[in-house]
Order: sequence, then C-alpha cells, then structure tokens
Amino acid sequence: MLGVTAVILVVVFSLLAYALVTFRSRTDDDNREPPQVYGSNQVELAWTVVPVLIVVALFMASSRVIATIQNAERPANAIEVVATGHQFWWEYRYPGLNVITANELHVPVSDASNPTPTFITLLSADMDHSFWVPRLAGKTDLIPNRTNHTWIDPHEVGLYLGQCAQYCGTQHAKMLLRVYVQPRAEFDRWIQEQQQQAVTNQSVSEGRHVFESTACVNCHTVSGTRANGRFGPDLTHLMSRDTIASGVADNTPDNLRQWIQNPDAIKPGARMPAMGLGAHQLEAVVAYLGTLR
Amino acid sequence: MNASPMTMTAGELKWELPTRGRVGMFCLIAAETSIFVIFVVAYIFYIGKSLTGPMPSEALEVPIFFTICLLSSSFTIHLAVKALRQSDIRRFSRWWLATLALGATFLYGTAREWQRLIYEVGLTISTNLFGTTYYSLVGLHGLHVVVGLILLSIVMAFTWLGRVRHEHAYRVDVLSLYWHFVDAVWVVVFTVVYIIGR
Amino acid sequence: MSTLAFPTTLPISRPFVDRLHEWVTTVDHKRLGILYIGYALVFLCIGGVEATVMRVQLMVPHNDLVSPQVFNRMFTMHGTTMIFFVAMPIVFGFANYMLPLMLGARDMAFPRLNAFSFWLTAFGGLLLYFSLLGASGLYGAGNAPDVGWFAYAPLTSQTFSRGHSTDFWTLSLLVSGIGSIGTAVNILTTILCVRCPGMTLGKMPMFAWLILVMAFLVLLAVGPLTAAQIMLTIDRYLGGHFFDVQAGGSAVMWMHFFWIFGHPEVYVLVMPAFAIVSEIIPVFSRKGLFGYPFMVAAGVAIGFLAMSVWAHHMFTVGMSSTANTFFMMTTMAIGVPTGIKIFNWLATLWGGRIHFKTPMLFCLGFLFQFLIAGLTGIMLSAAPFDWQLGNSYFVVAHFHYVIVGGILFAVFGAFYYWFPKMSGKMFSETLGRLHFLLFLIGFHLTFDFMHLPGLLGMPRRIYTYEPGRGWDIWNLIVTAGVAFQGAAILVFAGGLVWAYFRGKPAGNDPWDAWTLEWATSSPPAPYNFAAIPVVRSRRPLWDLKHPEDPDWKYDQ
Repeated sequence: MLGVTAVILVVVFSLLAYALVTFRSRTDDDNREPPQVYGSNQVELAWTVVPVLIVVALFMASSRVIATIQNAERPANAIEVVATGHQFWWEYRYPGLNVITANELHVPVSDASNPTPTFITLLSADMDHSFWVPRLAGKTDLIPNRTNHTWIDPHEVGLYLGQCAQYCGTQHAKMLLRVYVQPRAEFDRWIQEQQQQAVTNQSVSEGRHVFESTACVNCHTVSGTRANGRFGPDLTHLMSRDTIASGVADNTPDNLRQWIQNPDAIKPGARMPAMGLGAHQLEAVVAYLGTLR
Repeated sequence: MNASPMTMTAGELKWELPTRGRVGMFCLIAAETSIFVIFVVAYIFYIGKSLTGPMPSEALEVPIFFTICLLSSSFTIHLAVKALRQSDIRRFSRWWLATLALGATFLYGTAREWQRLIYEVGLTISTNLFGTTYYSLVGLHGLHVVVGLILLSIVMAFTWLGRVRHEHAYRVDVLSLYWHFVDAVWVVVFTVVYIIGR
Repeated sequence: MSTLAFPTTLPISRPFVDRLHEWVTTVDHKRLGILYIGYALVFLCIGGVEATVMRVQLMVPHNDLVSPQVFNRMFTMHGTTMIFFVAMPIVFGFANYMLPLMLGARDMAFPRLNAFSFWLTAFGGLLLYFSLLGASGLYGAGNAPDVGWFAYAPLTSQTFSRGHSTDFWTLSLLVSGIGSIGTAVNILTTILCVRCPGMTLGKMPMFAWLILVMAFLVLLAVGPLTAAQIMLTIDRYLGGHFFDVQAGGSAVMWMHFFWIFGHPEVYVLVMPAFAIVSEIIPVFSRKGLFGYPFMVAAGVAIGFLAMSVWAHHMFTVGMSSTANTFFMMTTMAIGVPTGIKIFNWLATLWGGRIHFKTPMLFCLGFLFQFLIAGLTGIMLSAAPFDWQLGNSYFVVAHFHYVIVGGILFAVFGAFYYWFPKMSGKMFSETLGRLHFLLFLIGFHLTFDFMHLPGLLGMPRRIYTYEPGRGWDIWNLIVTAGVAFQGAAILVFAGGLVWAYFRGKPAGNDPWDAWTLEWATSSPPAPYNFAAIPVVRSRRPLWDLKHPEDPDWKYDQ
C-alpha cells in the first residue's frame, strides 16, 4: 500500500516538477499564446483506466485482509476476555477463569505452531471508547448497547502500551492501556493469584473498617468482603498492578494516598470524588489497600 | 466595460431557461426530502426495538379518512391552479378554499389522534422508541402542513381582497408544488407508520 | 445624466451610519460576497488562536498550559468554527461574488434569500461563541461546547453533557445550516435559470460547474445533520430516546446520520477549491482547461460518489466485514475521478507558458498538497490501515492537508486572483510571495510531521500525552510551524490593507483572462453589465481578443 502510493506520488510529482520547469514563461518570450490544446480522449481514457486498475488491485488485497481479520477462526484454546469501557478506566473479566480486574490486561504469549490468541469482547458502560494498542492490533470501538469483538495474537513477550482512541470526555487522554504479554507459566500464575479472595490481614483492620463504612463500597469491589460496587475498578488485587488510575500514576503508597485524597490533582475530571478523609483515616485506608495483593 | 455581444446579436438566439420559482422550489423540496429520509430511516430502524410500552399494533388506528382528505387536497389545489391560469378567479377561490379546508381537517385529525394516544393509550414522545420516532416523524410532517396552511391562508386572504389575478398563476403554481410535496411525504409516512410498522 | 451645478467627479461623502445601513441591508451579491469573506476571515483568526492554544499545550508531554476541560473545548470550537464559520462562508462568498459575473447576469436568482442566508449563517457563528458567556455548565461559569465537532452520542446526552453548551453547538449549526441550504438553493437556481444567452451548461466556466455540484451536495447533505440535531434536541429536552442506549437507542445511528452529512460536507468544502484552481491554472498557463467535458464528468461523479462513502469514518465501530468492504470500495472508487482532475490540471500546465504570479503559486501549492492528501486518503480508505491509523494524528494530518494545504491554499489563490476585480487595486507581488513562502514553510513543518505521531500511535483529542512513546520531538516540530503560519497571515492581512490604500489601479482585466467577470469594471458596477452579453464559447474574452482564432471554431 505504501509502495503503491509512493510510486504514484513520485510519478505525478516528477511530471509536475518537469512541467513547471520546462513550460515556465521566459523573459524573452514574445507575448504569443502557446498552442491551445483542449483535450484528448485517448489520454483521458488512459488515465481513467490505469487508476481504476490500481484501485481494483488495492481493493482486492485489502478485502482479503478485512476478511482475515474480521472472520478469524477462534481456536479452542484461545483466552477469552470481556473488556468494558468506563469513563476513564478499563474493566477486564475473564469469564472462563473467574477473574475480574482492571486497567492492566495480562495475556499469554502466542506461538505460530500452537496459537493461543486472546479474543476480546468489547462492551461499554457509558459512552464510546476505543481499544487501541498499536503494536498488537488495529483499534476497535467500545460502544454502549453494542457488542464488538477483536483479537490479538502476540508472539513476543513484553509490555505493550496504548490508550483509548475515541473521545469519551474530560479524561479521555488519560485512559491508558497496559497489556502484559507473558510466558504461559507466568500467565497461569497470575491467573491463579487473581482468582483468590482478598487477603485478610488483621493489622489493617482499622483501614478496612474505614473502607467498608464510607462511600468506597458504593463503587469498588473487594471480593470476600462487603464491598461489591461495580462503578469503579475491582480492588481485590490492587497491589498486583504497576499503576493506578488507568496507567496515570505508578502504584506507590504516596500516589495512592494522593489519589484517594484528591483524584482531581492527578486526573482532573476523573469520576472518583475526593473522599474527604481525615489524615489518620487516610493512612489507615492506604495501609489496608497496601495489603490487597 | 464591454457591453456588446461577443459574437452574435441577441436577437439571433432563442434562449429559454427554466423558471426560477420552480427550480428554487424543487431545490427546497430536495433539501426537505433529505431531512425526512433521515427521520423515516430512524423510524424503520427502531421498529420492534422498543423495550417497553405501547406497541404500534395496539396503539395506532389507521387514519384513512384524514389521509383521503389530505390527498384530495392535492387534487383540489391542482384544480385551483388550473382555474387561475384560465383567469377564473371565482373557481380558483373555491378550489383554494377547499384545499385549505381539507388540509385543516387533516391537521385536526392528527391532533385528535395525538390526544387519544397521549391521554388514553399513554404514549408520549418519551415513553419508548416507538413514541419518540412516531411523534417526531408525524410531527415534522404536521409542522410542514401547518406552514403550508399558513401560506395557503395568506393567498386566500389576498384572493378575498381581490388582489390575486391571472398573472399570479405562476407563483401559486410554485406554492402548489410545496403542497404536493407535503402530500407525497404523507404517503411515505403513512406507509411506513401505519402499514409497515404496525 | 448630471444636471447638478457642482462637478460629479467629486465623491459625495455620506455619513458612516448611511454607509453601514447600506451594507447591512444590501442584497447585492457582490456586497454579500464580501460580507461572507470578511466574516470568514475574522473567524479564521479566532480558529487560529484556538489551534495555537492546542499546539502550545501539546508542544511537550504533560504540559499544563490549559486544563483538560479547556482543551476539550478548544478542539471542539476549533473544528466547528473552521468548518462552519470559516470554510463554508468563504466558499459561499466567492461563489456569490463570482457566479453572476461569470454567468453574465445581474445578480443571483434570489437576492433577498441571499441576504437572509448570509445573516442566518452570521447569527449562527455568533450564537456558537455566545456559549462562552451564556452556557451554564457543570463547572459554573459559561463555557463552550466540549463534545468534539462531531458530537458523538451518548456524550451529548443530558447525562454526560449537563448545562447548555451542547445546545449552543446544536442550535448554532442548525441555524447556519438553514442559511447554507438557502445559499445552495440560490446557487442552483442561478446556474440553471440565469445564464446569459448562448451560455449553455456546456459553455459555462468550470467554476460554475463545480459550484453547482457543491450546491447539490449541500442540499442533500445538510438535511441529515439538521435531522440528527433535531433528534438530539428531542432527546435532551423532550425525553426522546433516539440515542438513548438505555432505552434501546443506538449510539451508532448518530454516527451514521452525522457522517451522511459529514462526508459530503468535506466535498462541499473542496469543490470550490477545485473550482478556483480550474480558473486560475489555465490563465497563468495561458492555455484553456484541458479536458473540460471530462472535468465536468469527474466533478459530477465525485458529487454522486460522495454520498456513498460516509461509513469510512466508522471503520473502527465494528460493522460487519461486508459493510466495511462496501465502504472501502466506494471510498477507493472516489479516488479515480479525483485523480482524473489532478491529471487534467497537470495537462493544462503541460505545453503552456507558466507565469509564477502569486495566485498561481498558491494553486501549484494546492496541486502538490492535494495530491499528497489524496494519497494519504487512499491509505486510510483501506479499512485495515484505518483500524490502525483512524482516530489518530495521521487522520488529523490527512484532513488538515486537504483543508489547509488544499482548500486554504486555493482560497488564498482566489484572493489574490480576484482581489483586483473586487477592489480595483493590485496587491504587492512581493508581499504575496512572502505570504506564500512563510505559509508554505509553516504548513509543511506542521502538517508533514504531524503524520508521524499518528503512525506511532498517538490518538487525537488528547490534552496531553505520556513521554517516552516517541511522540515528543514531532509534536515540538509541529508546533514550531504555527509561528510561520501566524506570520504568514499577518503578512497577508498587511498586504491586503496596503493594497487597498496604495495599490496600483488594476483595470478591468489585469491577468489577461477569458471569463466574463473580466469584462466588467473593477470593481464592477452594481448592475454588473450594462447589456447582458451573448456568448458563443467557454472563453468569451478569448474570442474577443483572438478574432482570428476563436474558441467556437473548434468543436469541443
């Protein structure tokens, strides 16, 4: 595709440049007009037919790619993920594996001889978003009241970055994507950890109490506890994530503290309100969250 | 400032172009058509997709009489224009009044239907998808009927004041084009709402 | 005619109020044309400021020149302003001014409709900007719409867009849309009904043909936008459910309706650019336009095809492979007549005697840049490509290449070409060339390099970005170009002012051109032609200037 357009550009540009140089009016020109040529049917035919052929060729090639991508067969051992877009964060569920997480997607690396692609169903809780991790696949939108599908088949381990690609409101720019492509063993281990209930730790019971008796539980889920809100990300394994606020800040106690205190300072316009906790309560909650591995 | 003809005298050339009024009105009709098409498409797309509420089959009653009124008004306006072309102001006045009356009757019919739908069936524009698309499509058409009736009334008033003459046949004809368009839209709306959609 | 005692050569100076009243109540197509153009130039500066704010914000990652809320309003206002209150008025302005002159007529078909349409458009623009004062948003004081210029549902629903900022967007475009339809009706009727004797459709200037296709597109395309906006307002205020996903409504339907308008809209913008270039290139190559019948056919074909390609803006929405393939096919197909036009312009240059005056410089810029823009368009037309590049800065670069590199260059060309006719003065060739050079540099700095962040994964409509994605340096270069473009606009404005007060008298026909507008005085008398001309070929003035070799001798 790039080749074809490059060739067209070079050819037409050269003709243009040549024409401008060769046919420029010179100072020693008498004021006669050049021969008035009105047209030529043959030339018109030629430069209609050739572009049509080029277009047909491009079209056939691209149609094949469309079919390959959109009608791809799903192998039996593909990983299934349901991704739901929210205003300014990503929810991931692995229905077959009973895992619910947010913002950081883990998938196993695939291999041409034994492909284990990941098929992602795309839903939206509020408005249009778009899932775009350039090095993994083209983008597909997440649209409310509509089910879309995409798939990725990464052959190289690593962290792949992307972000939401359909304007969805104030913090569209900070709805970042992090996809961790891991060796199979590591992926299975991660799944195992995610399937556990939340860690209970007596030493942070005060923080847990603050968490469960304030508005936190309206939005967040911590499995095995009273918190089962669905509006915000699942926090059961918060500490297994590298970043918070959908990739905006590193997952450190300081950032966490600042985030809970005033999300707008990190992500102005994020849907999480400032919780208005006293300093002591804040410390307790941060300590509690720090145990949710 | 070149005032003379380029190569031949004006008298040698027979030069007749379409009239401005008709062309302008056809253009306006084209633009209005594209608005109506979108409302019709939305209506058709949402057929059967309402999650709740009264469905077309239980809510709608086919307005045969009022449709006949509106479609006949196309016929009467045609007769009126013909009469004016023949300089028969009396006949023109009568047929024009008939058109007005038929159009107003149609509008009355729509109003009565809406009253029944809102107060007896409980269907409003915000009830469900059917309500939204029904009221907006029929309402948009109704709005065009109202505009048409206003224009027709103005002409009626001028006629009664004795100001309309044979030479105005052209303008009245252009107005009648608009009225025919409103009728044609109703044919489509009627088919989509009361026949296909029910 | 004078029986007055004092000399009639002395201009009688009338009070300012009188002159203002004349302009406000005018129905003269020439005055309305100037009003449209002046209006567009003011909004060009405003839109340019909005763009500058965005570019400075994006100069470096994590910049904090403006808040995300303000940035989101900037790109919404920039897009809406530039398309509806700069590009459309400016092309309507030139069409209004030139069409009756080129067609040998005294005015447009409906002069009062003309005035009405202008004032509606003008009011729409003011209404949009009144939102800065009048819209009560969630955050307190008035604010402008921030939903993007295509205002996707459900972002525009009452739930997610509280206050009235979205309504200002809706209503201002609704109002100016009605104005656009009025102008389109006027243009179509004028071209079909008001041509001078002898000027069959096949003999009218190419400018008129392409404006005809443009008007036809406006008629068909603005309706869907109007309909969608009525639906949106019903949703927002009457509890309707057109785009209410919770009641079963469809967000995708808004996209369809919007793009059924939006795609033909861009052809509405580019057709006049084709029209302008088709007038200027022949005159400065000293040859008639090559392949007139094919140019007409290509223009009409583009007009029809333009109505069938809209969902290429929706390739990422998850339509079926059949739908994606269909729209890919129509989009690629439209490249063929567009290419034909480029080749015909090239053939006009070929074998001619090219004079590199300022209008021609801008048209040559158009030719080069439109070629590139068309090629990036072909790339985007391949759906799989679009899945990567859609909604990224590659697309932003592509369409700015068309609108700025293509349309704006052509419009500048039109300015320099017809300014002598409209004002009776010649502009400074030196200042014109300086304008061209500065703008060329600025344009290419900004929009060539803008393709790269897109290719590297930067989506559009983001108020900032993360460092380390490889986008930083390119964004910096892109912003650098803004300075050159700003300087160019200042030179342009200065040049216009200078020319108006100090320019040499232009005479009727400073370019030795061939269409009827050059047979009138500069500026033309209010009645245009004392006697309606009769024409016999496409280039009536060529026939007059070359009686031994007139065009009508050759069967075209």
